[in-house]
Amino acid sequence: MGRIVLDKISKSFGDVEVIPPLDLAINDGEFTVFVGPSGCGKSTLLRLIAGLEDSSGGHIRIDHEDATHVPPAKRGLAMVFQSYALYPHMSVRKNIAFPLKMAKMDKAEIDRRVEGAASVLNLTDYLDRRPGQLSGGQRQRVAIGRAIVREPSAFLFDEPLSNLDAALRVGMRLEISELHKRLKTTMIYVTHDQVEAMTMADKIVVLQAGVIEQVGSPLELYRAPRNVFVAGFIGSPKMNLLSGPEIADYNAHTIGTRPEHIAISQTEGVWEGTVGVSEHLGSDTFVHVKCAAFPEPLTVRVRGELDLSYGSTVFLTPDPEHLHRFDAQGLRFA
Amino acid sequence: MATQQSRSAARIMMAPAVILLLGWMLVPLTMTVWFSFKKYLPLRGGDLGWTGFDNYVRFFTSSAFWPSVQATLVIVGGVLAITIVFGVLLAALLNQPMWGRGIVRILVIAPFFVMPTVSALVWKNMFMDPVNGLFAHLWKLFGAEPVSWLSEASLESIILIVSWQWLPFATLILLTAIQSLDSEQLEAAEMDGAPPLKRFGFITLPHLSRAITVVVLIQTIFLLSIFAEIFVTTQGAFGTKTLTYLIYQRVLESQNVGLGSAGGVYAIILANIVAIFLMRIVGKNLDT
Ligand SMILES: Nc1ncnc2c1ncn2[C@@H]1O[C@H](COP(=O)(O)OP(=O)(O)OP(=O)(O)O)[C@@H](O)[C@H]1O
Ligand SMILES: [Mg+2]
Repeated sequence: MGRIVLDKISKSFGDVEVIPPLDLAINDGEFTVFVGPSGCGKSTLLRLIAGLEDSSGGHIRIDHEDATHVPPAKRGLAMVFQSYALYPHMSVRKNIAFPLKMAKMDKAEIDRRVEGAASVLNLTDYLDRRPGQLSGGQRQRVAIGRAIVREPSAFLFDEPLSNLDAALRVGMRLEISELHKRLKTTMIYVTHDQVEAMTMADKIVVLQAGVIEQVGSPLELYRAPRNVFVAGFIGSPKMNLLSGPEIADYNAHTIGTRPEHIAISQTEGVWEGTVGVSEHLGSDTFVHVKCAAFPEPLTVRVRGELDLSYGSTVFLTPDPEHLHRFDAQGLRFA
Repeated sequence: MATQQSRSAARIMMAPAVILLLGWMLVPLTMTVWFSFKKYLPLRGGDLGWTGFDNYVRFFTSSAFWPSVQATLVIVGGVLAITIVFGVLLAALLNQPMWGRGIVRILVIAPFFVMPTVSALVWKNMFMDPVNGLFAHLWKLFGAEPVSWLSEASLESIILIVSWQWLPFATLILLTAIQSLDSEQLEAAEMDGAPPLKRFGFITLPHLSRAITVVVLIQTIFLLSIFAEIFVTTQGAFGTKTLTYLIYQRVLESQNVGLGSAGGVYAIILANIVAIFLMRIVGKNLDT
């Protein structure tokens, strides 16, 4: 079991309100990702759930029981820190066994669980090493191992992959998703990387300045962002957000169209522009087009390879089916 | 130092310092060894020629020798134990956020700035004096007979005085070490279900082990040669005659330079035995 409910939870550091009162429900077994720009309060929210910070107001319920004033160890949650926070003077085996030792479990059971976790995480050969003698990815796995042996009701991850290189990050991303499918335990995962959010989450929580902008599945957020902020944050490359007199026909303050929903043509279209830099990824090409009507260049995604010379004139047509319209407050209305 | 080149460059850069230190050390050492083989009585005839190992045998067989070694070791051990235990506790305390922490930190460090002679005099006259000392007043307040500290509990008194002087040093080093502890490790341990005392034992103390090693080694070097505290308090009486003090008495009170020099060589040997012993116990902490 691992249902976590935040009820009007808030947090201030001194006079600064980092998280205004906020409601959120995380269901049992769900993989929830908190995503948002740096400093928006993701870690703070996670630490509130973990019990490492006292809340300034509101309640936290874990499995229907009020856990607001329960100390971290008694909440049945396990956390993986950004810096891994391994114990440097203990071997990998002792690191993983530490929570079990603290729970005064008997020796045989500890050994069994540690061996189990190590084989799941491919750490069997490293059990007698110190954390300092491991690579970044291995340390990450030890930190996860230390979390899973406790069989917690939920896992909390605070940007666990941000210290890894790109290739390893993709690998670990898959491993964590795999782990979630197998354990079926609630996981809360903090990241500022929207690709991680989109690929791993069952439910994404988009935060900005401590406020929840939108909660939903990755595709809901992709298809129907609630406001300009979410629209710009979710999706890669970023959605083109356009405003000004040129879009008067659309009856909106701002319109948004994703790079993959714009047709590019050398002969005809709605907006005329000149080709800027093209980024060739092989499978896709991202073309940056400068239109006289808009201050920012538009990004257009084209399948496969496309050769357009720098500075040539092109015409762009947004797909009306996938056009997002926002009012003056930035809220989406169609 | 990774490459051959950086290694030899390092050697050249270090050479002046190493040569200077070597000279600084070798000249007095050679003179000590030189005099230790001579009968040299400045007020009773001066240099009376070589005597072989006579001085060594006399110093070693003197009834004051073993007690002085014992007193030295007791003082060093006692001071180390007190400064480490209280140093760790004080460092942990000063690391807590509390009101007026900056001032408390300065106050804790203050004793280190007081000269040994002065602090020993202050302790002797203000605290330990059996008639007017603060301790005597305290004892009388509770209706007890004042203790004449420096004669009845002389070794303990000296250990107390020296510990008071060295506690700031230990605290300071341990405090900087404790501040470098990653707070996420403590939080991880907290989430892993370790109560405060276990967090201290399993996370903080191992983290401090290297700093403790440094404190032990540095303090030992200085504590083996404490002198002023004994000179102004007991003058070596009541079982507080350390090896250093014994050498002083042989050279200056008995005016026997040769005998004192032989004692100096014994002191070097003792210091090395203690150093090897300590390195065996704590030195491995410095490797990793
Ligand atoms: N102990 C603290 N005292 C005062 N302010 C704090 C404290 N911890 C965090 N803050 C502030 O709270 C805000 C949110 O911080 P938080 O660490 O939750 O951000 P974040 O979303 O995790 O950012 P990042 O992606 O960079 O990790 C920041 O503006 C930060 O300055
Ligand atoms: Mg953070």
